[in-house]
Amino acid sequence: MTAPAPATVAEPWPGEPPMSPALVREHNLNDLEYERIVAMLGRAPTLTELGVFSALWSEHCSYKHSKPVLRTLPTAGPQVLQGPGENAGVLRLPDGWAVAFKIESHNHPSAVEPYQGAATGVGGILRDVFTMGARPVAVLNSLRFGPLDQPRNRYLFRGVVKGIGDYGNCVGVPTLGGEVAFAEGYSANPLVNAMCVGILRETDLMRAQARGVGNVLITVGASTGRDGIHGASFASEELSEASEARRPQVQVGDPFMEKLLLEATLELIGRRLIVAIQDMGAAGLTSSSAEMAARGGVGVEIDTALAPVREPGMTPYEILLSESQERMLVVAEPSRVDDVVAVCRKWELDAAVIGRVTDDGIFRVRHGDRVVVAIPGQRLVEDCPVYTPEARESDEARARRGARPGRGDVPVADALPRLLDAPTIASKKWVYEQYDSTVQAATVLGPGGDAGVLRVPDTGFGLAVTVDCNGRVVWLDPYEGGKAAVAEAARNVACTGAVPLGVTDNLNFGNPQKPEIYFQFREACRGIAEACVALGTPVTGGNVSFYNESPTSAVYPTPTIGMVGLLADVSARVPSHFQRAGDAIVVLGRTGGGLGGSAYWAEVLGFVGGAPPAVDLAAEAALVRLLVAAAGERLLRSAHDCSDGGLLVALAEAAVGAPYAEAPFGATADLRPLGPGLADPALAFAEDGARAVVSVAPDRVAALLALASAHGVPAAAVGTVGEPGAALAVHLPGGAVTWPSPVLRATYFDAIPRRLREDGGAAGS
Amino acid sequence: MVRVAVVRFPGSNCDEDALRAAARAGADAYYVWHREADLRGADVALLPGGFSYGDYLRSGAIARFSPVMQAVQRHAAAGGPVLGICNGFQILCEAHLLPGALMRNANLSFLSKPVDCVVERADTPFTHAYAAGARVRLPIAHGEGRYVATDDVLRELEAEGRVVLRYLPAGTPGAEGNPNGSLRDIAGVMNAAGNVVGIMPHPERAADPVTGSTDGAGFFTSLAAWARTAGAGSRA
Repeated sequence: MTAPAPATVAEPWPGEPPMSPALVREHNLNDLEYERIVAMLGRAPTLTELGVFSALWSEHCSYKHSKPVLRTLPTAGPQVLQGPGENAGVLRLPDGWAVAFKIESHNHPSAVEPYQGAATGVGGILRDVFTMGARPVAVLNSLRFGPLDQPRNRYLFRGVVKGIGDYGNCVGVPTLGGEVAFAEGYSANPLVNAMCVGILRETDLMRAQARGVGNVLITVGASTGRDGIHGASFASEELSEASEARRPQVQVGDPFMEKLLLEATLELIGRRLIVAIQDMGAAGLTSSSAEMAARGGVGVEIDTALAPVREPGMTPYEILLSESQERMLVVAEPSRVDDVVAVCRKWELDAAVIGRVTDDGIFRVRHGDRVVVAIPGQRLVEDCPVYTPEARESDEARARRGARPGRGDVPVADALPRLLDAPTIASKKWVYEQYDSTVQAATVLGPGGDAGVLRVPDTGFGLAVTVDCNGRVVWLDPYEGGKAAVAEAARNVACTGAVPLGVTDNLNFGNPQKPEIYFQFREACRGIAEACVALGTPVTGGNVSFYNESPTSAVYPTPTIGMVGLLADVSARVPSHFQRAGDAIVVLGRTGGGLGGSAYWAEVLGFVGGAPPAVDLAAEAALVRLLVAAAGERLLRSAHDCSDGGLLVALAEAAVGAPYAEAPFGATADLRPLGPGLADPALAFAEDGARAVVSVAPDRVAALLALASAHGVPAAAVGTVGEPGAALAVHLPGGAVTWPSPVLRATYFDAIPRRLREDGGAAGS
Repeated sequence: MVRVAVVRFPGSNCDEDALRAAARAGADAYYVWHREADLRGADVALLPGGFSYGDYLRSGAIARFSPVMQAVQRHAAAGGPVLGICNGFQILCEAHLLPGALMRNANLSFLSKPVDCVVERADTPFTHAYAAGARVRLPIAHGEGRYVATDDVLRELEAEGRVVLRYLPAGTPGAEGNPNGSLRDIAGVMNAAGNVVGIMPHPERAADPVTGSTDGAGFFTSLAAWARTAGAGSRA
């Protein structure tokens, strides 16, 4: 009997070890996957091929545990120019403009090397956006850490923030918003999600599809070193003691090179000099070339001996899997190579032809004369086994929802300052002042409010951008929590007056092979999908990050929602904070009084449990429409949504939370009519969605109430904005409570710096 | 129309903002690349913010050696107005067109926030649209903005009235005070001849009403009007 001829031919690299089960395991491939590789090739893979499969079949690149669920997310809409599957999603804007945006995680690298891990996360997401032909105009980030009373968490927090700042500041893209939350489960597993938003002319939209047999592949930017080899695989396993040894797999960023790449890329695209371009991100040259070829339905041949390298003696394996930063792979017609190189030279970048597009569909890599990789390209990218793990909610999870706090209520008078002092709720000024928020001179509403707003240059319209997720709520009820994350993002966008347009999601979970984790994932996505349909915000892409677990803990399931909204007339933007004494305070939406999963229970009573309030998507959609309409009619002086901490925290933030106001506003409000029969804490701190606290000129109250009624949104004028420096006074069923607004302001702004002063030295302002 | 050369270094990232602000004020603004050896007939040279050459050595330390800086030196020596903003200010100090140096912020962190300043000199090519003593709120965004100089230099600057822009000190009602530890709250200075000015705040980011403030627009209306008014006499 003769063995069938191999499908392709490739030779081992001199000195490489023979295939063995141990070698396969080291590459994070299981038996089923290895068998599939052998069947595909008709022979055993070479070590270099095994490395290629390891990268492309990692969770990070293949989505092998998430694909079946991701397919259930809504991705279509009249505004969608590019949905999932490209480097970034793209939505249509007025007048031939479009917005490209994407979010991505850098959790694992940041856990072992916070500064570089976070910095390179920003670099990667910027490249995903500018390779679409878009100029980055905003970055946001969503961060999670363990409590700040632990020195290790403070170290990670400081390092991540500085890494994000140093990178984004140098490239010159403003940070317009973000969120930071703290909880025990994130102690060993910080989450670092970075989102980038870019603007382009629709006609400049570039897709990462290799086309044209005979076209050449050109590397642009940094040369290839030994850093970051197998980063994609690293991101696809749980963190452990051994993760420290992964530190060399964390890449080092060079934002100056990134800025040059940005300018060169936009020039190459704008002058129509190239066919396709992709960042060499996770799995470097391997994924960028294989993915562009597969999307274009062609083969590619690369000669790794032609790749500019930083050190001699690098093997094809290392060159293919390096994750050295600030590198791009460009496809261009042969006649354009000189022009491409000239543009790169102008921007002081190296460019080298390393391969070509072929017609045989094979992903082939040679080093000089020796072919070391020959894999059917389409199958390499698409035939990774897909798993649908068992999903089952644990008994503990069900029990959590039924639990109640074991202690009695804390009076509202004491609870409010404690909530404003909770780092998750408190001002993030210490964070966002380290990020340039005004470069590009288009920032209309900067960080510190509901959503960032920027003006699209040379137009009259603007974009509102936000990232949101309440992991505690998702942990208690993944389905409602998924809905709540989308709803909160939509409220934040709408509070500025913008219409929510679309979503990018960063799904951060634990190990999907555990039934209770996969249940969280599946249910959260079900909630996200329903909410995105109800709010008309299709999902245009995103990122899945599993294995956010350490031996001691798993993160709260944290499906971060990044959202973009359109403000048709940017001058109609509505800020979050009160603007003028004497304005009326109006509460929009219905207060149900459910405290399950609330910050009040968690931060004040020390109890995380209960059933979070169900999200009423029809009410959320109505509120969004009302906020947009009211802003359009210039009825609102300010608008702030109710989320963490509920109504009273929203009211206090609107009064005292403006970062650069000369003095905090006072306010007087009678909350009793909003929740007849509710006890004080339930009325003040319940976290029902679909609500906002707005302020209105006294003579516009009637118009706003009428508009709310027309939209089917309950609305009540509850009080008045007080003089600067006056008290915050609220009437509750149990009596009136007052706080001096300067004291609340000091608490709110000093909560994070105060904790960082533990380390001595300067905490920043 | 006043010709404004906006000097672009690799790593400049406020170049477009400065160009737009100058153009909006009515100037004929254009870019000059760092490899160019002349300013193409500029009336005014503008060095924008950013991270020239990555600023990995010391802010502005490499940029001063670029060909275009030789042209800026000649322009300044001939009395031509030069404005450096943020990284541009750092470059002017490195190039010894302005005295002193800009060191890491006192709190060791990058700082991005609005700050309140006083325009102390309203007779420079870049500030004559303001009234002397005008209070302005301008964004800052820098990690190395702490102005330092020897005691002699500081005395000379004060004696000759060459502090163009000063942070309102802490304790001023409504102002948060000096953000970065600059000596004598200095936010901007000029050379002895008065034609070279460097400032740390970013007036180009406060020149459009929709961004919340137009306090910085005066720098650009000043330079755009320079040749036609006061400037004509003082240009060598």
